[in-house]
Amino acid sequence: MTPAPPPDHPRPASLSDLFISFTLLALQGFGGVMAVVQRELVDRKRWLTPEEFVEDWAVAQIMPGPNVVNLALMIGGRYFGFRGALAALAGLLAAPLVLVLILAVLHDRYADNQAVAGALRGMAAVCAGLIAAAGLKLSLALKRSPLPFAWCLGIAVAGFVLVALLKCPLPYALFGLGGLGCVLTYRRLTS
Amino acid sequence: MSASLHAAPQLVLSGADWLNLFAHYLLLSVMSLGGAISTSSEMHRFLVEQHHWLSQEQFSQSITLAQAAPGPNVLFVALMGWYVGMNAGSVGAAFLGVLVTMVGIMTPSTLITYTAAQWGHRNRDLRAVRAFKQGMAPVVIALLLSTAWILGGANGGGLADWRLWTLSVACGLLIWRTRLHLLWLLAAGAVLGAFGLV
Repeated sequence: MTPAPPPDHPRPASLSDLFISFTLLALQGFGGVMAVVQRELVDRKRWLTPEEFVEDWAVAQIMPGPNVVNLALMIGGRYFGFRGALAALAGLLAAPLVLVLILAVLHDRYADNQAVAGALRGMAAVCAGLIAAAGLKLSLALKRSPLPFAWCLGIAVAGFVLVALLKCPLPYALFGLGGLGCVLTYRRLTS
Repeated sequence: MSASLHAAPQLVLSGADWLNLFAHYLLLSVMSLGGAISTSSEMHRFLVEQHHWLSQEQFSQSITLAQAAPGPNVLFVALMGWYVGMNAGSVGAAFLGVLVTMVGIMTPSTLITYTAAQWGHRNRDLRAVRAFKQGMAPVVIALLLSTAWILGGANGGGLADWRLWTLSVACGLLIWRTRLHLLWLLAAGAVLGAFGLV
């Protein structure tokens, strides 16, 4: 059932490779893991091409559930079936769950500490830059879209304005603009 | 909002209450398009306003702490379960709370997504599947940039925070142009923040 990936395409070696890889990338993801997934799986490990990443993420986004969890399920499932999906999921959640509970216990003691609050603020700023860079890198994938680049750019800018500036609820942007993109692409594809 | 929402409640939870909590998270899981955070207003209604199982502070803390810790943001759900259990009076109940909320929020969405994704991958040459995946790409990129924008603005907002914005832009450029490991940048951000430089 699992089709072989192209030969020049590295893949996870085993279930424990999946588990460890997702544990490590989850532990780097402050304020969200998505940008780290792009960095680790596309730039470094090359388990996914930028095009595959964007396509998979579209699916992960549209499905119920946290999108990075969905992405882990899809990647794990593609190489090792349901067991792979669970290994990736467990890697993503296990260690961070322990850490966040420890943090909750410590929180009451150190909540008023200025240095702790400052460190969290600094890390959040780094995260914002990190996520923006991931978005810019992935926009290269738009050049290979069946749609003209200007159309893609128009949809992307409209999406940014709606979600970031006008605070439009996510489903409207996702289904409205995304649906428009899908219909336009469908009409441009030949077969 | 009444003052009673602000003090941590003392709870006695029956088996039926735990089941109710579990069922509610199962339902939220199915509705969590765009991530569990998009259902957090419904969690607030259920946990804080309707049942008084969590105080307002505990609710907000769950979300903030999950943002500050590494890992997927969905772990704020685990913290809500943790605090419900602590309000019920014991660490054992807190672990039960984590188990009930996390299994509830993860199970339905995991099964739906796994099934749909496997189907999509087997049929990835269909015109409709290709059109869907490639047509969504511009919006996906817009959502990433929006997240960066909102996270950057969440620092307090405005041009007054120019040092934080500068740090964000500098990190963005470094990551875009180099293969520098992310942990170095995060550590640098933490140190700058801890010494009050940003």
